Amino acid sequence: MSQKVLLNAKEVNIILHRLACQLIEKHNDFTNTVLIGLQPRGVFVANRLAKILEEDYKIKNIPLGHLDITFYRDDFRRGDKPLEANTTKINFLVENKNIVFIDDVLYTGRSIRAALTAIQSFGRPNEIELLTLIDRRFSRHLPIQPNYRGRQVDAINKEKVIVHWQENEGEDAVYLINK
Amino acid sequence: MSELSVNHLLGIKYLTKQDIQLIFETADHFKEVINRPIKKVPSLRDITIANLFFENSTRTKLSFELAEKRLSADVINFSASQSSVKKGETLIDTVNNILSMKVDMVVMRHPNPGAGVFLSKHVNASIVNAGDGAHEHPTQALLDSYSIREKLGDVGGKNVVIVGDILHSRVALSNIFALQMQGANVMVCGPQTLIPKYIDKLGVKVETDLRKALNWCDVANMLRVQNERMDISYFPSSREYTQQFGVNKELLNSLNKEITIMHPGPINRGVEITSDVADSKQSIILEQVQNGVAIRMAVIYLLASKIKQ
Repeated sequence: MSQKVLLNAKEVNIILHRLACQLIEKHNDFTNTVLIGLQPRGVFVANRLAKILEEDYKIKNIPLGHLDITFYRDDFRRGDKPLEANTTKINFLVENKNIVFIDDVLYTGRSIRAALTAIQSFGRPNEIELLTLIDRRFSRHLPIQPNYRGRQVDAINKEKVIVHWQENEGEDAVYLINK
Repeated sequence: MSELSVNHLLGIKYLTKQDIQLIFETADHFKEVINRPIKKVPSLRDITIANLFFENSTRTKLSFELAEKRLSADVINFSASQSSVKKGETLIDTVNNILSMKVDMVVMRHPNPGAGVFLSKHVNASIVNAGDGAHEHPTQALLDSYSIREKLGDVGGKNVVIVGDILHSRVALSNIFALQMQGANVMVCGPQTLIPKYIDKLGVKVETDLRKALNWCDVANMLRVQNERMDISYFPSSREYTQQFGVNKELLNSLNKEITIMHPGPINRGVEITSDVADSKQSIILEQVQNGVAIRMAVIYLLASKIKQ
């Protein structure tokens, strides 16, 4: 197994700031916009972005939620391991809101498909966008593309892109792992 | 997430403590789901479940059916009173006929103890015991423990008294197994005639004085007097039963502490508990009903995940 560093801590930080600025360009003061981190790993990106928007760009009271898609996935009973559910925390209305789904890696697009179904259980949003830190090209199973992407990566199928976070793994970094 | 150690839910005694923990954690997620504006998830859209009720039931049947529909399973219902069972068909024939319609899971209530175990050995489907005679009612025990955990934070170390008709109650037996497995201290209380002779062999305390039992406990689970199962008279009259084993507000107020009141339903108001107790803040009877759907969703979801494609 070999691993290559795709992004180091400094680069992750620059990218997150750039993504935050792109969000401000589109959503301005976020009065009608909500951020939703997709469980489990998109939550780290969403929390970081919300922190940057609040601390560096002084945007207050951005609604931030966590959405678990386990019960909406299309691979129930198809894997070797049982699916692990996570917590959903959406303490605000999504009806007529502009939603930004936030995830760490966009791969096949199936998680996003499940998230699009899941969010309907909370109401009918005005618009849904997708922000992803890493966009793995040429690996999509569904016609889903991000509106905001941190870095585009070409990785063949047996390679894996892993994102580490300071608050979870003790460092900010993105690795390409070849099994 | 780990997986259940069993392929069927036949009784609490077949589960491990880890199984119960897993069911509770999964139910936590489903409880959040059933409080959303749209309460349905598509997880079981390729699963068909047959609810076979060979004995009357209102709330358990509704609760299972709702749980199955909230998981998007296809559901077929069967009740013995309107079926060919009346014409002499055997249990295995009835079930095999239903399974030929490509049913993946069977939820069964049956008047005979052990019916679920028997069926699980003869048919190729996942079986959920929804009550078998006076034997076990595992989902009721799970939702009772889950409700105690929700109200008091933990089941371990709590004193729980089960009051009433222990002899005819499948709820009592499943509750004893579930509570003990999670580290609770269990007592049964009722007329001597309605307490099974060797119940203390299960490690439960026995008490015939309700006031002493209530003074000891954190939670009182009041059982229904099952008149329909009583072939002889076990106590002189309902009035006398109520005077000795019924809980009213006056009795609760005279205790030096606030205990939690539970009842698996249906309540004989004025017999086991008075209305002012059933509807009081100490009662978690309606929470039990709501938790029942979440627990049954969790059980069905976890068992379905073990059904091979």
